[in-house]
Amino acid sequence: MLQLHTTKIECLTTSSEEAFIARLSENDQYPLPLRGKEIFLAPETHSGKLPDGFRAYFILRKNLDSVEANQDFPNVFIIPNDQHYLRDGDVIRFDPKRIKLHTLYRKNSQHNSLLVTERCNNYCLMCSQPPKDIDDSYIVQDLLVAIPLMRRETEEIGITGGEPTILGDDLIRILRALKNYLPSTSVHILSNGRNFANIDLARKVAGVKNHDLMIGIPLYADISNIHDYVVQADGAFDETIKGIMNLKRHGVKVEIRVVIHKQTYERLPQLAEFLARNLLFVDHVALMGLEMMGFTKANIDELWVDPIDYQPELVRAIDVLARYNMNVSIYNHQLCLLDKRLWPFNTKSISDWKNEYMPECEPCTLKEQCGGFFSSALFKYSDHIQPFSESEMPTKNAPQPTL
Amino acid sequence: MALASTKFKDLDFFNQSLESGYKLLPFNFIKLDDSRYVITNIAGEYLVITKEDLYAVANKQLCPGSPVYNTLKSKHFIYDDDSSVALELLALKYRTKMAPLANFTGLHLFVTTLRCDHSCPYCQVSRQSEDKAAFDMTPEIADKAIDFTFQSPSNEIKIEFQGGESLLNFEMVKYVVEEATKRNQTENRDLQFVIATNLSPLTDGMLDFCLKYDILISTSLDGPEELHNGNRPRPGKDSYEKVMTGMQKVRELLGPDKLGALMTTTKDSLTQAKPIIDEYVEQGFSSIFLRPLSPYGFAIKTKSFDAYQTEEWLKFYKEGLDYIIELNKQGLYFIEDYTALILNKMLTPFGTTYVDLQSPSGMAISAIVFNYDGDIYASDESRMLAEMGEKRFRLGNLLQDTYEGVMLSDALLGPLEATITESMPMCNDCGFQNYCGSDPVYHYATQGDIIGNKAFSGFCKKNMTIMRHLIKLLEDDPEARDVLLSWVRV
Ligand code: SF4
Ligand code: SF4
Repeated sequence: MLQLHTTKIECLTTSSEEAFIARLSENDQYPLPLRGKEIFLAPETHSGKLPDGFRAYFILRKNLDSVEANQDFPNVFIIPNDQHYLRDGDVIRFDPKRIKLHTLYRKNSQHNSLLVTERCNNYCLMCSQPPKDIDDSYIVQDLLVAIPLMRRETEEIGITGGEPTILGDDLIRILRALKNYLPSTSVHILSNGRNFANIDLARKVAGVKNHDLMIGIPLYADISNIHDYVVQADGAFDETIKGIMNLKRHGVKVEIRVVIHKQTYERLPQLAEFLARNLLFVDHVALMGLEMMGFTKANIDELWVDPIDYQPELVRAIDVLARYNMNVSIYNHQLCLLDKRLWPFNTKSISDWKNEYMPECEPCTLKEQCGGFFSSALFKYSDHIQPFSESEMPTKNAPQPTL
Repeated sequence: MALASTKFKDLDFFNQSLESGYKLLPFNFIKLDDSRYVITNIAGEYLVITKEDLYAVANKQLCPGSPVYNTLKSKHFIYDDDSSVALELLALKYRTKMAPLANFTGLHLFVTTLRCDHSCPYCQVSRQSEDKAAFDMTPEIADKAIDFTFQSPSNEIKIEFQGGESLLNFEMVKYVVEEATKRNQTENRDLQFVIATNLSPLTDGMLDFCLKYDILISTSLDGPEELHNGNRPRPGKDSYEKVMTGMQKVRELLGPDKLGALMTTTKDSLTQAKPIIDEYVEQGFSSIFLRPLSPYGFAIKTKSFDAYQTEEWLKFYKEGLDYIIELNKQGLYFIEDYTALILNKMLTPFGTTYVDLQSPSGMAISAIVFNYDGDIYASDESRMLAEMGEKRFRLGNLLQDTYEGVMLSDALLGPLEATITESMPMCNDCGFQNYCGSDPVYHYATQGDIIGNKAFSGFCKKNMTIMRHLIKLLEDDPEARDVLLSWVRV
């Protein structure tokens, strides 16, 4: 697991700056006029003096010996070794006063996502990012500065919360920034969809005309009160469904995301039929394993079901969705727990920075194909993890998409 | 309940609004067997439930949150105060089902000639004649027909050449294809051509032309050689041989995907379901349309098309379907087309453009016929009927009438209004109404009335029996269910 936040920072010189957003540069030949906006990240190969003119300087603690940390520069910082993943082109938020470093964007990652607010109008039983009712509107301002610093060729940017639509017009501003500064980047928003019940918001989002925009919206049941219970909000089901219809009315791509747990697995096949009959026009359906974060840990007794125990329901659900030619994937599942018929639908989906394997996986021959675990899974995971051995390689009996 | 903190509310909290009772959404029902009923909602979703449950639903005795309750709610048979989005979803689904209506006429049949080298007894229209002038379509009429065709708002325009034997007037086929293609350079529709032919007049030159314009070939194949030749007499008694040679040429030059075949069911066919299907399998087809007996001629003379014939045909159909399902289980993907049409209506959100399974009937608004002499008919059957002296379904003539005049004529609007299944006597509360349609020409031919009394209708008996049979297979026979589901195309 990568540490995208740290406070274990030491200031070698002086600093009086307010928090700011900047891009990291490992290039000591960087053109002078641009240096003032960037932070120099001393690369492993760097030795000797630090180059002039950068806004600040980061030295990884383990590289400290080779660097001549010029005492006359302000804003020279030692950052802990767990920040080793930082690279040229990454964008960070840095607060020298509170010595807080937060990585917003990693140039070489496929899994960049921007948290745009921590506020939410749901209170899901298994929320991995529990909502906070605070004024965090500064985040939007930060992101509007950060987005122009991102690599123009970035393939995909995610937007998460909280509930991004709570921002209203500020969300539109972020989408516009993405559209203008990253014109060929796919944008994926995670939203509970409720606010799109207001068709004006759907129209505005569509109106930005982002390149390849998709909105991932969770739907936990075909029955209103079960969905409302899972998201802890009365009336949420109706608003979410209306939201999905409104988005599709305006031609915005929608992905349905179903987290499978004790409250949702039993009606999974019925939910699949509901989707096929009512929302066949959605663009993707993701059936996802549970992440052991946030509220999930607290509500574990109400949520945990060993994936091995819901395979029949999952097989039936996928069967229905695939038959209706819906574009469907399984996320966050371990291969050794999945019915072989489901393998063709399995996707390695866990973001690189929080993807782990368990000690049991050590000898497994299919580790490459397996999606592995969320790092949070150490809290609780299946008792049935079974590493594959060479002889079990499914060559002859390769899983057939017989569904 | 073991929720972490009082911040979370338990499931019962969200159930409260269910207690205020539920309301029924519109649905129909029909008996499936002694203990079960099929219920269908207005979007064509069905559910098989016990008689007791059906009574409980209707008497508002269902227990909120029970599995039956949830299934009925999920499939939009009932709704409650907790959620009203069912109404919007139903409206959306209903509109999706009805979309083919808005697309309007897609299939346009051009009868290039009535002349034919065959003398099939079941055909009412063909002529053995050398007199080209008397029975061939003229360029003047073809021009008008093309004009008429492009007045349809449909984006998908299919022009199908019919006869007689359409290829006996190949010059006219060529003319229409070239003119329509030219016209389409500005119209930009999705334009497709099909030639229906017995293949005997087929030449290499014609095939080159078909290749150039990407034309599909639809031929007639009634079954094994003896049956086929018996059904389809021609001088030399070699119809089968001609079809075989022709099909081989089509496959070689245009490719097997460009070749289709239709069978006509005759009394002789009824005992030969298996050999007929085997013939189609051997010829490399991946489907067969087990078509009902045609009542024309017989019906007109006797004024009643007896249930006996439908009964016999249904036996033939079931035997054929069983055999086809068996073939699928053995690993051959092979479809019975009529079954697939009905399954698609049952199991997908989409409607059909198949004329007889639409409400209202698809006559003229799904498919329309331009006869060689410029007469416009609502369907191929209407043309047959007219040849036998009953011109009720003749909608006008290309030389005299305008598009608006024809499409808004009483001769068309009358039957359309009468064939809305939602309002037809018996159909209006039939549990299969959503999957069914109507056949005004059939009912007129057999009962002298375009609606007809469904209790005496072979059309109704046929569809009701097939639908009941299919639902039983889907419910009770998991292996057959797998096969049938594999025929559904989304
Ligand atoms: S044992 Fe293999 S298949 Fe199972 S979780 Fe570990 S890597 Fe994946
Ligand atoms: S024709 Fe018969 S089966 Fe079809 S809807 Fe009418 S009553 Fe039902």
